[in-house]
Formats: sequence, structure tokens, C-alpha cells
Amino acid sequence: MKSAVLVFPGINRERDMARALKLASGNETAMVWHAETSLPKGTDLVVVPGGFSYGDYLRCGAIAARAPVMDAVRDFAASGGLVLGVCNGFQILCESGLLPGVLMRNAQLKFVCRDVHMKVERSDTPFTRGYNAGQVIRVPVAHGEGNYEADEETLKRLEGDGRVLYRYCSPEGVVDEASNFNGAAHSIAGIVNERGNVLGMMPHPENHVEEIMGCTDGRGLFAGLVQQFEKAA
Amino acid sequence: MKARVTVTLKSGILDPQGKAIEGALKSLGVDGVASVRQGKVFDIELAATDKAKAEAALKAAADKLLANTVIENYRVELL
Repeated sequence: MKSAVLVFPGINRERDMARALKLASGNETAMVWHAETSLPKGTDLVVVPGGFSYGDYLRCGAIAARAPVMDAVRDFAASGGLVLGVCNGFQILCESGLLPGVLMRNAQLKFVCRDVHMKVERSDTPFTRGYNAGQVIRVPVAHGEGNYEADEETLKRLEGDGRVLYRYCSPEGVVDEASNFNGAAHSIAGIVNERGNVLGMMPHPENHVEEIMGCTDGRGLFAGLVQQFEKAA
Repeated sequence: MKARVTVTLKSGILDPQGKAIEGALKSLGVDGVASVRQGKVFDIELAATDKAKAEAALKAAADKLLANTVIENYRVELL
């Protein structure tokens, strides 16, 4: 799997992401600067990493979403390429129009930095095939604006089409108000676009991939992506 | 030409920042505050002298970047 990680000023999780991708795929990851107008030839997966692009000025992800490289990402997604956005990357994908909805200020107004649990809703997608449907995984979050909101019509469509892939839950897998720490609509942690090739999620699976991190629950996502391309090859 | 673009949250969109400000105003003893909604103001200077062109440019700026029309409304004024 050949992956490319986008780099915007103010992003800070790009190295963590590149490390997780290399660990899973064995390949070096291309780091692509925001001013580029094309992606490296043969890219299988584009990752928009977490951080604070442009200092979260205007709205989180708003300025990065209009960077030159995003036109190339739009073309890549339109041709069926896989795109993964994590944290600020999710915000950027929403702002760019690649995903519906918006990430609002956490309902409790607090920046939350801790491990949370989320439920894998289905396992038949490139982004979840490394897990079992219904599996509960532990992943870190670190954000102040992760409260996913969309209009009723959009939420209905997301649910109806099975496009909510990850949902906040208790360690036992119960989706309830107490585990929905940022107030997201329907406890949404991660969604895909209509075509199913663009995923945005708030938690950081790339920070739970090695024993030294104290948990390896994030590995499944990357292992699943690698499998996807092994199968295709 | 000077212009101002005001961006506000659509009604029905939860505004926790506005709520926090509302709470602070109440605790300061500012009377009669029913509710607060926070928004943004952009003061923009334009090279254009044509009113219609200026308005079109400001509308494009608001649609493309200044406002997220999923959750926000905007108003354009030439000053």
C-alpha cells in the first residue's frame, strides 16, 4: 500500500501517522506539502492527519480545506481513491465538502484528551475490515471541536446507508449519553461519504498501534487498509 | 470601498460559546440578558469602486470561505 500524508502548517500528528502506516504496510509514506498540486503517482491512500492547521483560524480546518493540494485530493476521491481524515483531518474533509456535516465545539466546552471507546459498526468496508462488526476498541482523543453535527436529513441518510462506521460507546459497548463525551449527534465518531471511500474520524487510531503505547487497538484500521490492497493486487 | 461581512450561527444550531458568555453576563449582574449568540465580523477593504461588483466579490468570499453555510448565515454590507 502506497500512502501519502498531507502536511499543512500547524499539523502535528503527521509523523505519528506515517509511523503507523509504515508499521502496517512496510512501505515509506510520502509526505505531501499543502502547496503541491498533485499527489505522488501510484498513491493508494491519502491521509489528512491531526493537529491544528493554520492555528484553527476562522474555523477548524477551514483554511486547510482550501489549500491547493485539496483539489488533487478531490480528484483522487472522485476516482475512487481511499482518503482517511483523523481529528483535524476530519474537520478538513468536512470543510472541503468531501464529507457532510460539521465538527462543532465540544458540548461541554472542554478540550478532551484521554482514551475513549468506540464501537465498530460494520466490518465490510476498507476502513473497518481489520475488525469485527460490533467490536469495541480503545483509542485516544485530543480535541476541542469534535461534536459532529449535520441536519436531520443528512443524519437520516448516514444512518440509513450504514455510513456511521465508528460510534462512541462505554467499555462494554453500550452507546449512551455518558460515553458521548463531546455531544456528537448519534454518538458519531467516524463516517464515510456516499461512495464509502472517504472516512473522517475524530479519535487517533495511529496512537494505539505499538505495545509501548499501552494499547494496540488502532492496528486493525491500518492492517485492514493494507489487506484491502493486497486483495486488489 | 469598505465593507463588512457578518457571520452568525443559524437558529437552532447549538452555540455553547454564546451560552457561556450569557452565563458570565448574568453572573456579572448585567440585567435583562435573555440570550447570547456569538458570531464573527470581517471588515474588508476592496479595490473595486463598482457597487455591484463589490457585492458579488463579498458574496463569493462569504460562500467560499468566511461562512460555513451548513451552520452559518452571513450578511454583506457596503459601508
